[in-house]
Amino acid sequence: MQAFKTPKQLQAHRKKIIESRPADRKAIAVCAGTGCKAFGSLSVYDVFQKTLKSSGLDKKWELRATGCHGFCERGPLVLMFPSGTLYQKVKPEDVDEIVEQTLVKGKTIKRLTYQDPVTSKWFRREQDIPFYKHQHRLVLKQNGMIDPTSLDDYLTIGGYGGFLKALKMRPAKVIDEVKKSGLRGRGGAGFPTGTKWEICAGTKATQRYVVCNADEGDPGAFMDRSVVEGNPQSIIEGMLIGAYAMGASKGIVYLRQEYPLAVQRLGLALESAREAGLLGKNILGTGFDFDIQINKGGGAFVCGEESALIASVEGRRGVPKRRPPYPAISGLWGKPTNINNVETWATVPLILDRGHKWFSSIGTEGSKGTKIFSLVGKVNNTGLVEVPMGMTLKEIVFGAGGGIPDGKSFKAVQTGGPSGGCLPESKLDTPVDFDTLVQEGSMMGSGGMIVMDESTCMVDVAKYFVGFLKFESCGNCTSCRDGLQRLYELLSDVCEGRASMETLDLIEELAGTIRATSLCALGTTSVNPVLSTLKYFRDEYVAHVKEKRCPAGVCKSLITYTIDEKNCNGCTICAKKCPEQAISGKKKKLHIIDQQRCIKCGICKDVCKYDAVIVA
Amino acid sequence: MTVQFTIDGLEVKAKEGEHLLDVARRHGIDIPSLCHHEAVEPIGACRVCLVEVRSGQKTTITTSCNFLVEDGIEVHTDTAEVRKHRAMNLELLLARAPKSDVVRKLASASGVTRTRFEPLAYEPLPNCILCELCVRTCDMLGHHALTTVGRGDKKRIGLPFNKPSDNCVGCASCLSVCPTQCISVKDTPTQRAIWGQKHDFILCKVCGAPVITKKHRDFAISEKGLPEDYYDTCEKCKQSAASKRFASVVW
Ligand SMILES: Cc1cc2nc3c(=O)[nH]c(=O)nc-3n(C[C@H](O)[C@H](O)[C@H](O)COP(=O)(O)O)c2cc1C
Ligand code: SF4
Ligand code: SF4
Repeated sequence: MQAFKTPKQLQAHRKKIIESRPADRKAIAVCAGTGCKAFGSLSVYDVFQKTLKSSGLDKKWELRATGCHGFCERGPLVLMFPSGTLYQKVKPEDVDEIVEQTLVKGKTIKRLTYQDPVTSKWFRREQDIPFYKHQHRLVLKQNGMIDPTSLDDYLTIGGYGGFLKALKMRPAKVIDEVKKSGLRGRGGAGFPTGTKWEICAGTKATQRYVVCNADEGDPGAFMDRSVVEGNPQSIIEGMLIGAYAMGASKGIVYLRQEYPLAVQRLGLALESAREAGLLGKNILGTGFDFDIQINKGGGAFVCGEESALIASVEGRRGVPKRRPPYPAISGLWGKPTNINNVETWATVPLILDRGHKWFSSIGTEGSKGTKIFSLVGKVNNTGLVEVPMGMTLKEIVFGAGGGIPDGKSFKAVQTGGPSGGCLPESKLDTPVDFDTLVQEGSMMGSGGMIVMDESTCMVDVAKYFVGFLKFESCGNCTSCRDGLQRLYELLSDVCEGRASMETLDLIEELAGTIRATSLCALGTTSVNPVLSTLKYFRDEYVAHVKEKRCPAGVCKSLITYTIDEKNCNGCTICAKKCPEQAISGKKKKLHIIDQQRCIKCGICKDVCKYDAVIVA
Repeated sequence: MTVQFTIDGLEVKAKEGEHLLDVARRHGIDIPSLCHHEAVEPIGACRVCLVEVRSGQKTTITTSCNFLVEDGIEVHTDTAEVRKHRAMNLELLLARAPKSDVVRKLASASGVTRTRFEPLAYEPLPNCILCELCVRTCDMLGHHALTTVGRGDKKRIGLPFNKPSDNCVGCASCLSVCPTQCISVKDTPTQRAIWGQKHDFILCKVCGAPVITKKHRDFAISEKGLPEDYYDTCEKCKQSAASKRFASVVW
């Protein structure tokens, strides 16, 4: 790639490349995100490459290995442009047929298209599939369109247009634009981004830093990973705009080491941006110096908390520190440091490019734009969904998510990662925005969304998350470190039938102190799963305590497995599969479970075809 | 810049950048705490020095040791909320350090005489409340021999890599700041056993009493540029020699 010496040169190159690649050109996008890769999408890509070459179709069809499209459970995904045809669960063996039928003859191969599990309807085009139809994809959409290792691909979809516009403005004007857009941080707390930039820029200093928080420690969340893997240039561009606006000359991306593909893709993207003169000294001849380095995080959840992140980058233990002073005033090595989340940075170029009015027209009064959620759990369609702020939980879970599988009923949805609250059916009409979720006892967090059905025990869920957080607490505060451990013990008492009603009171009392007196937000929000389930699902707690019964049939100490006389036809499968040889019975005769030996693994229930195993 | 605010109704003045607990104690207002020491930076570990801070419409419960004072705030050190949460944190700590007099005394002052939680101690520091005063003091003195190990419920105080540390000079400053006195230091007339190592004492040339460990002397002399013979005699003998010299001059 040539090094651009002026904004004009970059602009000219962008124009050339956009003109040379008309929007309706034929292209095949094979998803090479972590999910699809795990399903073998790289082999699919390889076969495409060979087949296109040998058939000479490579002149007509452009082949791209792209970032994550979000619908990971259906991978490997192959998307065709301009038709919008989406093939899912594609295997290398399917490629010949796709080339022959679809590329050459223009025919759709029905079996590779998506069939909705709820309505059994078939869909050819990506945009018509319910999972995508309910979304409003600003940030994620670009993932499917570009090869993340190609700067030219990014330029084709309008990349660096925002930065070029910013360069024409005074830095204060850029900050103003972000402020007016109403963008709030996507990393959890939802702090207004423009205001943070203004504070950082307004603090007198000889050196300022901008940091991209790509620690993403929430279990089950992978939106940040997908953006870094799928569109790393958008983060670089966002950070360039921020650095220009705030007068920072150094940028750091704090990226977890467990994301090797993201580390690699971002590294490549940084190199090509440097080669193109978009990073380094005297960027585009404007006299603006800025470069970005990657700092690999070791994978502690708490290191995503900004003051712990700073400690970690400085080479100290990742322990949060009391704020104020906020990083924007005194951050890395005591210098003003602006920390934003991956998604926040990736949104900034769009705002600069299309204007604050466009951005603030999406979303609600207090929360503008779109937000990516990782929708997982007991829901038909799992994956990454990007929706406008203010969409209701119901629309997300039952629209994009397609509802609850296996005919079961919805019980709760947890938003906001491990320390988010669990909201019941009666709260499904809650619009998803920063403020409403907090009012309801949950939070936006970084965008985890876990759906639970009737087979989920809410006490068990609360215990699970408290278990995660007690392990991930930095251990500084008595309330968080010891409090969470004790809370875990108390919840175990409930799950194992040792608790009394006083236990529930103590749980509430302790949770109150953890929330009120812990230093950082890990501690103060850690009790949301407990307090929200106690509030909305108190009857389940009471059933565990008073009746020693787990209504969902999950808590092992409170359930027994037995075989129903009427349904058992003596097929012997359960006896064969039981790992403890706890089941006995002659062929075609009633089988019996030895309660002493049973470890309640539930395998018998899973394998019985006649619904004869009862959990009670 | 000075800031002005009230603590329990008392008008106080302080410098910007000061911490609330220091200011309160200077004005004779006691706020109980376990992990605070004026010689080292506060970290807000024990969560005992809680106060209520009212600022405009907002009321927050916060630790005072690491709270930077602000102009116009109203601080209350003894509200029902403060007492309730302090008592709970002390109850948690009492389960960790049931034998510590300091913890027991503070707890009972908060009305906590027993804990509803199972004992929670770890070896080799039963009664340790993870206040990190030992680590912070050791760091501040320039030795960096101690560290915290692990995180969350697995957090401990220990030696790096769990091995006796070359950095430890055997000064026992850790023990002198430890609120629960749980660090094991065993002295004989000639040796000190601490943190898995034995250190020889320098013995006073005059009376033979232990003056300082050899390793500590070497550290102090090279770091502080003291004369080689500085630790040859103990403080007591040094003083009596000085007073004898003084007496010979005066009388
Ligand atoms: C325990 C904890 C973990 C966090 N983890 C992350 C994270 O993984 N990624 C992130 O962007 N922000 C995380 N945050 C929020 C950050 O502290 C900070 O608010 C955020 O990075 C600011 O960026 P934003 O304004 O763009 O949201 C975490 C906060 C806490 C308390
Ligand atoms: S609240 Fe928890 S994670 Fe946060 S500083 Fe305190 S102990 Fe550490
Ligand atoms: S050993 Fe003593 S000083 Fe060190 S953390 Fe434990 S209680 Fe505090």
